[in-house]
Amino acid sequence: MSQPPIPTGELRRRDFFGIAGAGLFVFFRSDPAAAQEPGRLPTRFSGAADLNAYLRIGADGRVTCMSGKVELGQGVMTELAQALAEELDVSFDSIDVVLGDTGLCPNDGGTYGSMTTPLLVPAVRRAGAEARAVLLELAAEKLAVPVERLQVGDGVVTGPGQPAATVTYAQLVEGKRIERRLANVSVKPAAAFQVIGKSPRRKDGLEKVTGRAKYCGDMIFPGLLHAAILRPPAHGAKLKSADTSAAEKVAGAQVIRDSGTVAVLHERPDIARQALALVKAEFENPPEGPDDRTIFDHIRKTAPPPRLVGAAGDLAEGERLAAGGIVESVYLNGYVAHAAMETHSATARFEDGKVTVWASTQAPFQVRSAVMSALDLPAGQVRIVSRYVGGGFGGKTEAEQGVEAARLARIAGKPVQVVWNRQEEFFHDRFRPAAVISIRAGVAGGKIVLWDNQIVGAGDRDAVPFYDIPHRRTTSAGGWMGGNPPGMNPFEVGPWRAPSVNSITFARESHIDALAVKAGVDPLEFRLDNLSHARMRRVLETGAKQFGWKAGRAPSGRGVGVACGIYSNSCNAAFAEVAVNRSTGAVEVKRIIMALDVGLVVNPDGMRQQAEGCVMMGMGAALTEEVKFRSGEVLTRNFDGYPLARFSWLPKVEIVFVDNPGNASLGGGEAPMIAMAAVLANAIYDAVGARLLQLPMTPERVVAALAKG
Amino acid sequence: MERILSFRLNGQRTSVKVDDQRMLLWVLRSDLGLTGTKFGCGEGLCGACTVIVGNAAVRSCVTPAGAVEGKQVLTIEGIGQNGLHAVQRAFLSHHAFQCGYCTPGMIVSAYALLLHTPHPTREQIVKHMEDNLCRCGAHGRIVEAIQEAAVAKKGGAL
Repeated sequence: MSQPPIPTGELRRRDFFGIAGAGLFVFFRSDPAAAQEPGRLPTRFSGAADLNAYLRIGADGRVTCMSGKVELGQGVMTELAQALAEELDVSFDSIDVVLGDTGLCPNDGGTYGSMTTPLLVPAVRRAGAEARAVLLELAAEKLAVPVERLQVGDGVVTGPGQPAATVTYAQLVEGKRIERRLANVSVKPAAAFQVIGKSPRRKDGLEKVTGRAKYCGDMIFPGLLHAAILRPPAHGAKLKSADTSAAEKVAGAQVIRDSGTVAVLHERPDIARQALALVKAEFENPPEGPDDRTIFDHIRKTAPPPRLVGAAGDLAEGERLAAGGIVESVYLNGYVAHAAMETHSATARFEDGKVTVWASTQAPFQVRSAVMSALDLPAGQVRIVSRYVGGGFGGKTEAEQGVEAARLARIAGKPVQVVWNRQEEFFHDRFRPAAVISIRAGVAGGKIVLWDNQIVGAGDRDAVPFYDIPHRRTTSAGGWMGGNPPGMNPFEVGPWRAPSVNSITFARESHIDALAVKAGVDPLEFRLDNLSHARMRRVLETGAKQFGWKAGRAPSGRGVGVACGIYSNSCNAAFAEVAVNRSTGAVEVKRIIMALDVGLVVNPDGMRQQAEGCVMMGMGAALTEEVKFRSGEVLTRNFDGYPLARFSWLPKVEIVFVDNPGNASLGGGEAPMIAMAAVLANAIYDAVGARLLQLPMTPERVVAALAKG
Repeated sequence: MERILSFRLNGQRTSVKVDDQRMLLWVLRSDLGLTGTKFGCGEGLCGACTVIVGNAAVRSCVTPAGAVEGKQVLTIEGIGQNGLHAVQRAFLSHHAFQCGYCTPGMIVSAYALLLHTPHPTREQIVKHMEDNLCRCGAHGRIVEAIQEAAVAKKGGAL
């Protein structure tokens, strides 16, 4: 046994133990390389940086697991507790999970990119196994019994003999700070799982159904002031003047003007808003810019030079082989908003020169850096807490409201809360970028022989098609991840659930169906004829069986469709049945079957919740969601102009897992989103013979496509 | 107009000095500290702020505080105060939530439905819940949870 010092990352050791108290500590981090390799778990922690999480076993027997990840609703709190309970041999109920607190949790990056399950869960398991081994050694010493003869369950170690001597984990760690590390500790094989693979009640449930869950806009402190901040009417508009005299006369209102920001503070949030409405502001409007109709030409013209993402064979040879079997289309999708039910919220409070900011964010450490830089404070004086977040979907990666609250709190000398209203939320959202995706593809003898694909605006994640195509090229220009030329998008853009892939999959899978039509083959059969990707094939076959897919050539009039996709190694296939009203263009989604291969499923019900959520969110993005704008002015201001999927849309939904427990866990919160738009487009085509090339597929666009024939 | 507003809040006699034109949501959240009722849209479009006034579910973000004078107001905090209600238990067991932000409004709306329609059909549930928005997509589970709660109530488990 070796006992190197325990690293505490950015937390100073003394501060850390001051907060965390006594107990057994195990620190760990994830190993990205290991996550890609089935069956292997991360190597043990070896450096001083990049701690991923840690666990503590307290003298009261409670186990605390801490990570900088955030509970957005995706169930991370529950999943981490399961992983730990499994390996540590304690009850699920004895585990507390503390998330998103930069004062207590190590910096393990933001909560995005479907990384928690593939990276953090294996690390938590490893740590649990190591802690268990340490405890068994302590128990062996205490009971004077060799480790091999000990048994453990529910945090109680039992020796041999009658009556058996026992000692609890709590007794083993009581009053001591134990720092030990072990090498070569193995985790349990899948066959031995008792907690992983089950669906225990969510850890966050009780607080959420009773209204006791505190979101960042629910923090209340004595003297708390609510801020209403003056916003420009359009992106690019510049403040010329602001007459705040009327606002200043509102009883209890405090007007703050600070380097371009005008804000009204009041102890009541609604009165702060009313007072802000009295500010007479003049703005210089930005120059004329694109609107939601002209945007596609605009981004094509302003995009950076295309970058090669992947290529094979020779396009000219593909053209020659496909002669007569060419299909060429341009697919468009507009900007979509994250539209989480909780708007960006933050509460900031200074105490002894240190600021704590409760900020709804997917990336507390990123927000900490932003606050440090905006307020010129060192890391030790800024703490971000993001315990519960009311939906993220990629939209709370940045959290400017945290900086706003911290700045205003410092100026006011009192705690300040910033809760964006819905109009601010739509205005400041970093939308999924609009995209223009052109595909020229060819088929010969039922095989895809050519694929020439230009992606503009969507980015390039998982952009290369997974079908067997001998002659292909994929290029990409601009996207959600930054690096776009100024003005290409009239506002900020960013990641939106399965970024790049949700746009690209719509285009690719629509086009695959068009090729199947050209080839005169059933769309499922056509896919399988052109696919040697074994996992994807299995997912398609599993979904088709569950759906009861019957081969036919589209348009068959039945309104059935299939589409599939891969996001960060998670494979999924969606099957849909729709009804289309030819006169109104309205699309009714009757049934969705979603088949998934996400490797080992840690929490099946949690995975189902994510997939069901993707079905509803995906239906909205496919059928109605589109941000309207003109010259930097965001015309979409509230939900009446941005219809989300509602209860009456609810189709019959079935989620099917392709059993694959031998494979490492893959992320599942985003992948089930990607095929939704294409599966509906394909089902609409099958119903009425009209190919929709633009998202969302609104009734007007369906009618227009029908008229075009 | 500022005045003393008196009403019953979650069964308790409550008096608060407020401008009666202010919206009930802010009086509940800020003046009275009951943050279970959520702000979502400010225009009565999303249902996150739903509370029960008298026997009816209302959108507190567009309900002037003066409208509750002398009335009974029930919020999510009141629904859970004497042990979990059947609707809450069903939401828990069905995992009929993800981020949880719309959940108080969903539960309060469902509670109001069952007040009037103790044994709703699926269609009645969908129609009643239609204007409560959920971005995480828990709709199917919410419908199932309400169905189960209705059955549980029938058995006298309210």
